[in-house]
Amino acid sequence: MQSATAKRTIAGTPVFDGDAAKKGYAINAMCFSFNEKENREAFLADEEAYCAKFKLTPEQREAVKARNVLAMIAAGGNVYYLAKLAGIFGLNVQDLGAQQTGMSVADFKQMLLDQAKGI
Amino acid sequence: MAKVIGGIFTSHVPAIGGAIAKGLQEDPYWKPFFDGFKPIHEWLKHNKPDYVVTFSNDHGLNFFLDKMPTFAVGAAETYNNADEGWGLPLFKPVPGTPDLSWHIIETLVAEEFDITTCQEMLIDHALSIPLELAWPNRDSYDFKLVPVGINTVQHPLPSPKRALALGRAVHKAIESFDKDAKVLIFGTGGLSHQLDGERAGFMNPDYDKFCMDNLPGNPDALTKHSALDVVELSGSQGIEILNWIAARGAMGDGVTEASRNYHIPISNTAAATVLMTTEYALVAA
Repeated sequence: MQSATAKRTIAGTPVFDGDAAKKGYAINAMCFSFNEKENREAFLADEEAYCAKFKLTPEQREAVKARNVLAMIAAGGNVYYLAKLAGIFGLNVQDLGAQQTGMSVADFKQMLLDQAKGI
Repeated sequence: MAKVIGGIFTSHVPAIGGAIAKGLQEDPYWKPFFDGFKPIHEWLKHNKPDYVVTFSNDHGLNFFLDKMPTFAVGAAETYNNADEGWGLPLFKPVPGTPDLSWHIIETLVAEEFDITTCQEMLIDHALSIPLELAWPNRDSYDFKLVPVGINTVQHPLPSPKRALALGRAVHKAIESFDKDAKVLIFGTGGLSHQLDGERAGFMNPDYDKFCMDNLPGNPDALTKHSALDVVELSGSQGIEILNWIAARGAMGDGVTEASRNYHIPISNTAAATVLMTTEYALVAA
């Protein structure tokens, strides 16, 4: 029987739905904690212990260790929360975009600028 | 009775806050965006709202995934900005208005919107930046705020159709608020952009133009798309157009565009700023 709720996929575009929210709860909870400065400092002081405190899954822990955004998203991370983790690493959204698209940061920024031609 | 005088629609990219803090309004990268506020500043000289009703999405400051309301209405005495994780300078607090908040809440529930009410609510860059853009460098704000939050984080998201209906119900509340007062609406976020996935960096000027062309006179045109259609057309964060759609609904009928600015890129975003006005707006002599 075909599921009435067959999921729609959009190429290259994560849809953060209930399954992702459930799967990613731990990593997103950790990232949410980074709203507080002392938590950011605690993460930097002992990343392993801080990740353990939030009970990251092995997949999430590996993704964080590797600073791999696509892997974090595959493990349920949501970019609104992951942006707080990225800030700890000194990465902005162009750095994240470059990493996810496999471009250099310079090429990614040029790609953004080039879209002005479409106006 | 309270009247809606206009609506300000603008992108709320966090980096705009950084540019404000560094005074980069005339910098070549930023100027094309900030210039979009010049006609708004002129209009605001003649149009001073008593109340501001905003539609925006929280970015993991006030709400987490433990409790994620689809629609949330603030009913606080004061709204404070707070650290969103980047340690940036904080924006000033905004005074609330529990009387108008509860009138909107009563009206929305009577209109069968099952909202969440928030007597405490932190406001993030999605609200602080647009207010600072509209009224730069003030010591304090002399209007009172009712913030309405729309979930754009965790699917399923409300549809554009539902967002427009929510806004129209807010309009009904404003029109039945028993005070001779001027109300300004804000819709923030967008336009097309995507931060996550292999399609990061995606923008869609055609869809953005479709939205800006239709919002003043034919907002129902935007409701032909589902939320997922919008994600596909506009990027996974372009769905923040829901805030614009709801805000447009809150303006009522008889809306005209007074100014429009559209610029690519600001950060990863197709940035836009639009002023729409109603018959109750004053025009410069």
